[in-house]
Amino acid sequence: MFALIPALVCFPFLVAAFLAVNKNERLRRYVVYGASFVVMILALALLVLWLMSGAQAVSFYTDTHLINLLMVVGELFLMGLVIQLSLRHRKYPVILLSVAQTLLLVWLELFGPSVPKTTHILLDHFSMLMCIIVAVVGGLICIYAVGYMNGYHHHHTEFRDRRSFFVAMLFLFLGAMFGLVLSSNLLWLDFFWEITSISSFLLIGYTRTEEAIHNSFRALWMNLLGGLGFAVAIAFCVLKYHTTSLQDVVSYQLLIPVALLAFAGLTKSAQLPFSTWLLGAMVAPTPTSALLHSATMVKAGVYLLIRLAPAMHDNLVGYMVAFIGGFTFFVASMIAISQSDGKKVLAYSTISNLGLITACAGVGLPETIWAAILLVIFHAVSKSMLFQGVGAVENSLYSRDIEDMQSLILRLPKLAYILIVGILGMFVAPFGMLISKWAALKAFVDANNTMLILFIAFGSATTMFYWTKWLCKLVSVCKVVQPVKDVTKKNEYFSLFIHAILVIGLCLLFPIMSIFIVEPLLSEMFGYTVTVLSAGNLYIMIIMLLSVIIFPSVAYLFSEHVHKKYVISYMNGANVGDNTNFVDAHGKPRELILSNWYMTDIFGEQKLLIPGQILSAVVLLILLCLIVGGGLL
Amino acid sequence: MKAAVSVILYLIFAPLLGGLLDGLDRKISARMQGRTGPSVLQPFYDVIKLFHKQSLMVYRPQFFLVVSYLFFVIFTGALFFAGCDLLMCFFALAAAAMFLVLASCSTHSPYSSMGSQRELIQMMSYEPMVLLTAVGFYLATGSFRTDEIVQSAVSPILYMPGFFIGFVYILTIKMRKSPFDLSTSHHAHQELVKGVTAELVGDLLAATTIAEWYENIFLLGVIALFFCNSSTPWSYVAAVIVCLFCYFLEILIDNTSARVKWNVVFASSWIVSFLAGGINLLVLDLVR
Repeated sequence: MFALIPALVCFPFLVAAFLAVNKNERLRRYVVYGASFVVMILALALLVLWLMSGAQAVSFYTDTHLINLLMVVGELFLMGLVIQLSLRHRKYPVILLSVAQTLLLVWLELFGPSVPKTTHILLDHFSMLMCIIVAVVGGLICIYAVGYMNGYHHHHTEFRDRRSFFVAMLFLFLGAMFGLVLSSNLLWLDFFWEITSISSFLLIGYTRTEEAIHNSFRALWMNLLGGLGFAVAIAFCVLKYHTTSLQDVVSYQLLIPVALLAFAGLTKSAQLPFSTWLLGAMVAPTPTSALLHSATMVKAGVYLLIRLAPAMHDNLVGYMVAFIGGFTFFVASMIAISQSDGKKVLAYSTISNLGLITACAGVGLPETIWAAILLVIFHAVSKSMLFQGVGAVENSLYSRDIEDMQSLILRLPKLAYILIVGILGMFVAPFGMLISKWAALKAFVDANNTMLILFIAFGSATTMFYWTKWLCKLVSVCKVVQPVKDVTKKNEYFSLFIHAILVIGLCLLFPIMSIFIVEPLLSEMFGYTVTVLSAGNLYIMIIMLLSVIIFPSVAYLFSEHVHKKYVISYMNGANVGDNTNFVDAHGKPRELILSNWYMTDIFGEQKLLIPGQILSAVVLLILLCLIVGGGLL
Repeated sequence: MKAAVSVILYLIFAPLLGGLLDGLDRKISARMQGRTGPSVLQPFYDVIKLFHKQSLMVYRPQFFLVVSYLFFVIFTGALFFAGCDLLMCFFALAAAAMFLVLASCSTHSPYSSMGSQRELIQMMSYEPMVLLTAVGFYLATGSFRTDEIVQSAVSPILYMPGFFIGFVYILTIKMRKSPFDLSTSHHAHQELVKGVTAELVGDLLAATTIAEWYENIFLLGVIALFFCNSSTPWSYVAAVIVCLFCYFLEILIDNTSARVKWNVVFASSWIVSFLAGGINLLVLDLVR
């Protein structure tokens, strides 16, 4: 087991290094497949070994002087990279952010006061769970990327083909995520945190268009700002409290470091006012979005917030995080209504769901963490699937606009079913996300948090609106449809189908997850556990789950035997013989085009995003000042 | 045992009662308009006739979507009268509404597609208040379960007048009454030609009508829940009176107001939910 952890962290780095220098396309493909499976097997092996050894929280690696030095070198290298790229693209302020935090940490490491030695790696239920999510979802995304990038460069000939760099970055990301979730030492955590920031920056800028470069630098400066908060938090811990252990920060409730770390978590999980970097990340090819939105990057942010949760219960930091989370949940779900770009809807829905997780973490009670963990699991799998699904649709339709997905169920049936499963999983009772939302609502009520109750009540309504609208487009059928060639590759389908099975499986098995994963996790985190689902509600949910799956299917099968007469739809008698054309005022046939409602004058980005950013920035700033000022005085 | 009995009673009597109330609605509306109006049993004759009509469809999945809609509406009420979690009921009701929207938009018909978009707006308008009402019951009585709510020491309405006002406000949307009957109305001559149900004929239209009856009884059940209190038997009488009064109020509003635009429905119901529900919520949170 001790050997597996460094293997899990280092193996993706080695694969990344190999892929970066290898130019042979065929070899690359097999290496990616092989390495993805190896990563999954390593994570599963770690799980099995850990379970066999009693599934206790274990921590190790006390003496790590050499590795620490290597990390210093690594951080300096990352700083050099940022400086070089910023100079090339004339984004000078970014340099300041990068240099400030790197030098601060290097100084602490080399010349700072010595702190009592602690362990550097912690393997408990939470980090194990995150490892599995990262390995399975991340691994599948890498497999998908091979096929997707082929298609991508097939009809995006204007971009230079840098596929080897692309897949190398994906693996780098996975390695950094493993390191991040396994580290219990803040310096180590920060090192991996920086790697994820920089590799996401490189991935977003993949196409090297002006927009891509602009967006990638926005992602960079926002994440570096968070990183700066992280570095200051570490400095504070070392200089004032003589510790570098995340567990110490949480158990002693060191408010200022907790606040600064939470700030870093908020930037990384794209909460308002920092949401724009994640929206900008859409310019990158789909596997990037799938990876950033599901298993990695943003999950690193909420991972840290959930880790900090026990220290945020009922204090100013908790209020700050809960407000930002709840507010983001509500605002992002409203803006999603006004979007017709499929990937953008997914992006806003990610931000919105992360807001809910953040709010749960901010409340910091076992009940809310129960909901947060389940949200993390369900969201990772369904969102990764939805992104890959939309990406595959885009490769076939040359558009990812929801309006162009009319009758997708006839044109690209397999992909349409994938999207339907994903969307249903996101908001319909009694699937995973809704159960978690329900638990969150209940916990907010118990915590007497009126504000969050209102956010969740109104935000749920808007969430339902934009998902159902999309669903409508997929199933809405007009008789005459242009056939579309499905160019989705086998490896893409492989990943998509596994995801679909996972989504359905997770929905069915969630009581088991609750008992064997989430409840032990809660008792590790809080010292006691709670039963969120009463037996009565569990039975109702299972009945409802079965009826939601079985009843419509039976009715559907039965409908094949019902004798019906098929007619054309009602158009005031102006039909031209089918459902797609009508006779216009000049007596000529004209195509009937139906569109969803987007209501941009109420929910538009321009109306809501900037006011939302300003409001949340002001609140964040005031509360941070209060916390830090109050702590210092 | 008690739960099973009440579920069975609901399954049998809800459509009868719902149909009867529908008939009463038509009678009272007619009288308000100076007409004699049809017999109180007319809705039943209509539904029976619908079942005997030829089945026409635009698109095959309509069938299973409408049947699922009916099923989930019945399921919602069954959960409610079995004494289950109120939030669960509302989630099941939302799932039911989704099936209706899918059934109507799956046809690529202009009227029903427009109706389904409007139906979505309506859902977005009433959903916050529905969730807040469930939360209100929990704060007032300490439970989400309807069987435990009725066992509280006093009637919940004493703690939740704001939630009651808000809920009655959105009831107009849920019962598809003017001025909030955007997505469908009981009159086919309006600008939307019955909206969501425009492409449903024969047995499928009958199924949606029956679903509406079940749904109305469930909604009146929620209204009654504000008043019911097993320690004072006369509270049940009060509940029935209030339910009938609310139903009459909806008929009155229906007959005295003209349909408004969706913006008004949306904005007003959110504002009412926020003020009535939010203030009541805050007060309950403070006194707790």
